[in-house]
Amino acid sequence: MTNDPKSEQRDLFRGALEMMILQSLRRQPMHGYALVQHIRQRSNELLQVEEGSLYPALQRMLRAKLVRAEWQISSTSRRVRVYRITRAGLRHLEREMASFDQMLEGIHLVLAPVEP
Amino acid sequence: MISFRQIFRRRRIYEDMAEEIQAHLEEQVDALVAEGMTRADAEAAAKRHFGNVTRIEEKGREAWMMPNLERLLADLRFALRRLVASPGFSLTAILTLAMGIGANVVVFSLLNGLILRPLNVPNPRNLWQVSRGRHGGDSQSWPDFLDFRDRDSSFTGLMAYRTLGAGMAAGTSTVRSWGYATSGNYFDVLGIHPALGRFFDASDIHGLGSAPLLVLSYDFWQTEFGGRQDMLGKVVKLNEHPFTVIGVAARGFYGTNVYFAPDYWMPIVNAQQVTGWSDFCCRDHYGITVMGRLKPGVMPQQADQALNVVATQMGKDYSKDEGLILDVRRPGPAGSPNDPTEKSLLGMMLLSALVLLAACANLASIFAARAADRAGELAVRMAIGASRWVVLRQLLAEAILISLAGGAVGAFWARLLLGWLSQWKRFSSLPTRLPVIPDGSVYVLAIALSLGSGILFGILPSRQIWRTDVVQAIKSGYAWSESFRRFAFRDVLLLLQITVCTLLVTAAAMSIRGMQRAMHVPLGFDPQGVTITQGDLSMAGYTGDTALPVQKRILADAQSIPGVTSAALADFVPFGLGGADWFVYRWGTTDFIPAHMAFAATTYLVSPEYLHTAETPLLRGRNFTWHDDKAVPNVAIVNQTFARLLYGKQSPIGRRFDLWAQAKYQIVGEVADGEYGSIGEKPQPMMMMPFAQGTGSYLSTATCLVVRSNLPENQIAAALRRTLRKEAPDVPFSLESWKDYVDASMMFDQAVTIVLAALGLLAVMLAVTGIFGMASYSVSRRMKELGIRIAVGAQQRQVVQAMLRRPALLLCGGSVVGIAAGLLAARVMERLGAMVTPWDPLVIIAVSASMVLIGIAATWAPARRMLAVDPARLLREP
Repeated sequence: MTNDPKSEQRDLFRGALEMMILQSLRRQPMHGYALVQHIRQRSNELLQVEEGSLYPALQRMLRAKLVRAEWQISSTSRRVRVYRITRAGLRHLEREMASFDQMLEGIHLVLAPVEP
Repeated sequence: MISFRQIFRRRRIYEDMAEEIQAHLEEQVDALVAEGMTRADAEAAAKRHFGNVTRIEEKGREAWMMPNLERLLADLRFALRRLVASPGFSLTAILTLAMGIGANVVVFSLLNGLILRPLNVPNPRNLWQVSRGRHGGDSQSWPDFLDFRDRDSSFTGLMAYRTLGAGMAAGTSTVRSWGYATSGNYFDVLGIHPALGRFFDASDIHGLGSAPLLVLSYDFWQTEFGGRQDMLGKVVKLNEHPFTVIGVAARGFYGTNVYFAPDYWMPIVNAQQVTGWSDFCCRDHYGITVMGRLKPGVMPQQADQALNVVATQMGKDYSKDEGLILDVRRPGPAGSPNDPTEKSLLGMMLLSALVLLAACANLASIFAARAADRAGELAVRMAIGASRWVVLRQLLAEAILISLAGGAVGAFWARLLLGWLSQWKRFSSLPTRLPVIPDGSVYVLAIALSLGSGILFGILPSRQIWRTDVVQAIKSGYAWSESFRRFAFRDVLLLLQITVCTLLVTAAAMSIRGMQRAMHVPLGFDPQGVTITQGDLSMAGYTGDTALPVQKRILADAQSIPGVTSAALADFVPFGLGGADWFVYRWGTTDFIPAHMAFAATTYLVSPEYLHTAETPLLRGRNFTWHDDKAVPNVAIVNQTFARLLYGKQSPIGRRFDLWAQAKYQIVGEVADGEYGSIGEKPQPMMMMPFAQGTGSYLSTATCLVVRSNLPENQIAAALRRTLRKEAPDVPFSLESWKDYVDASMMFDQAVTIVLAALGLLAVMLAVTGIFGMASYSVSRRMKELGIRIAVGAQQRQVVQAMLRRPALLLCGGSVVGIAAGLLAARVMERLGAMVTPWDPLVIIAVSASMVLIGIAATWAPARRMLAVDPARLLREP
């Protein structure tokens, strides 16, 4: 399984995945399956979150107390584990997004077309 | 860090995660069914899409763990379970390694204690010894030392000392004791402090005999005086001369020799009282060790140059210093270019490393076989998501567990052996010591060796894991692709073991043959049944002239002991304690300086009975008589080498030579060459002089009684002790059989031979198990093929050939290379001074024969098993 070519991409986006999860949870608390669907829809199906990355990432964020989880009964009357963002998660998200914006801007400037 | 509570909560967390993933999958399935899939298809698709649940759960759990530590612990636990499950294998592997690592620890401890570890003084790296060039000795004369001290400018301080033995009377009894007689600045140059009282220094010294002061060693203070605080200021007598104890050296300070720990230190200006001879008289009386501290920034090479400028000046000023060459070297055997200790220890280190390598090769092939037998299980593990690295880690954990256990056992027995070795004294009368107790660096080495070898033999089989094709491996009956068709990795391992084994067996055999031969070399005397007692009458205040009547009485008493067949007097005897060398000058020499001497000859003063007692054959001329005394011209008996060096092929009888201007000698007899200091030494020139005549009319107080008897050893010893107590009650005498002295001189060679034999035996065991393992493994892997061969009509001979050709080829190849390497190693050992037989076909025949035997012994059982195969049954089996 380790020679699965996708596995490398997963790791590259660890920081990005966390941001997307936190941002999604800031909108509204949701459970894992919903998170996958949400991110796919929000990105116009451009991004496909791997479950193989999602659950380990959620566990890491639980451990770091960026999110909190509790079992609930969903609207479709399933027992689901709903995650919500914590105050620390919010702070973390803002910090990460600021530095991400900076980085994007930098990349943008470097990649800008050469002026004649 | 994770808290305790978290550890207990973890199970809950993991269950939550598992449940949540399950819920996720169900939701996905429902969604797919809603899109129109059948439930079965949807379940498969959802699982496919989700990926490896076990693996993902594991990754999720890792978020909560200290992953590396916990993984390590889990791996170790698993490895331990597996090892406990096969105790025979584990025990063999641990013992194999224990011997390999133990051998390395022992040899390294010797190297560390004797060569690497500096003397126990502050800033030991800055302490240098001044010696007389590469071909000169390590010792100096006192007048030369004074000139170095006054003329040289590269040292901040130069001190000098010599060793001496004396009878120490404290209270009622006299004990034989050994000390250093030192220059006044000895302790100041070393920069050490006493445990009790004070040291003497230059301000205590005001000329000859001015400072009867004594500093005791800590150990001597403890053993002889019970560590009494009130020893300070007490007077003890050395050879009847009073000395005041002023201090006790610190514990752990054993003087400045590696092997010889003094009982006390005294100012050298008072040594003459004790020994009866002057250390200060002559520029050609070497016997003093000179050491000093270099000035900051002065390199040893610069010190060499500066010292040789001084030496050249001295050569011009004093004829006896003509051609004097000086150099600085590290104190102890490490610095001495002629000392074989370092080279032979390095050689042994290499051999023991080879044995460890062979042990690793052996274990590597066993581990490879074990991994191969687990092929199916490991394949399943990988198929359900264990990465190769995880499987590898498991195998490695097993190897490292074994190697650490082996290292611990090895270090433990090495420590026992070394503890015993450091306590061991060949002769109770000499304060020898072997500072070989392991220190931290030795244990670090043991751990490093264990880990290193564990990784080595754990990693080697892992190549298999890396290349595993899981799909193939999971099928039953799959043999791991380490095939027997081509020259495989396992073959290399086995070849290595066989080569190392043959090398060691060859080297050990040559060394044993060398010892055997040495035992039969003519000694020039027969030590069997002879008892030697040695003492010095100066310890009771006698001088050479007053001692002679006492010595004669002792001899007469000894001769009258019933059962004594013959007895004689000497000052020293071959292989005994102490001895004298004199420079021999050709007849007619006028200028007696070392540069003009013919050679230095081992010299013995012997009574007329000596030749008969020692059974030394007189080749021609006459023996001494008691009338050869100070009243008549000096006469000497010389050996063949002496005669040949001075007179060529002509008869030496009646010829003359000089020792110094007033000591002129005529040769009256010639004896056969013998051995005098060590077995197997090159022929040495030797001369004997009449005991009653002395050396150039100087009689000796050194008294060595040589007694041949047919009494049991303890009876003759008791009788001699009675005699000595009666005639010289205040003189401590040593008493040993002459045979023991001769044997002791072979100690070094015996030790080398024993080590070689032990390593060789270990290597043989490794080779046998290695060949056995390979042969039986190959047989069990190819059982089915064998069955087919036999079923289609193969003869037994052909089957055996097919099975055992490879081990046999490896055995032959390895043996040839090993014998060649062994012969080469033996040459090197010989150059290092070990007793090694020269070219000896018997050794090669014996080694070849034993390798064949090893081969037969190791392949016998697998071959039997193979021939007992019932092809019909074998082919029916799946």
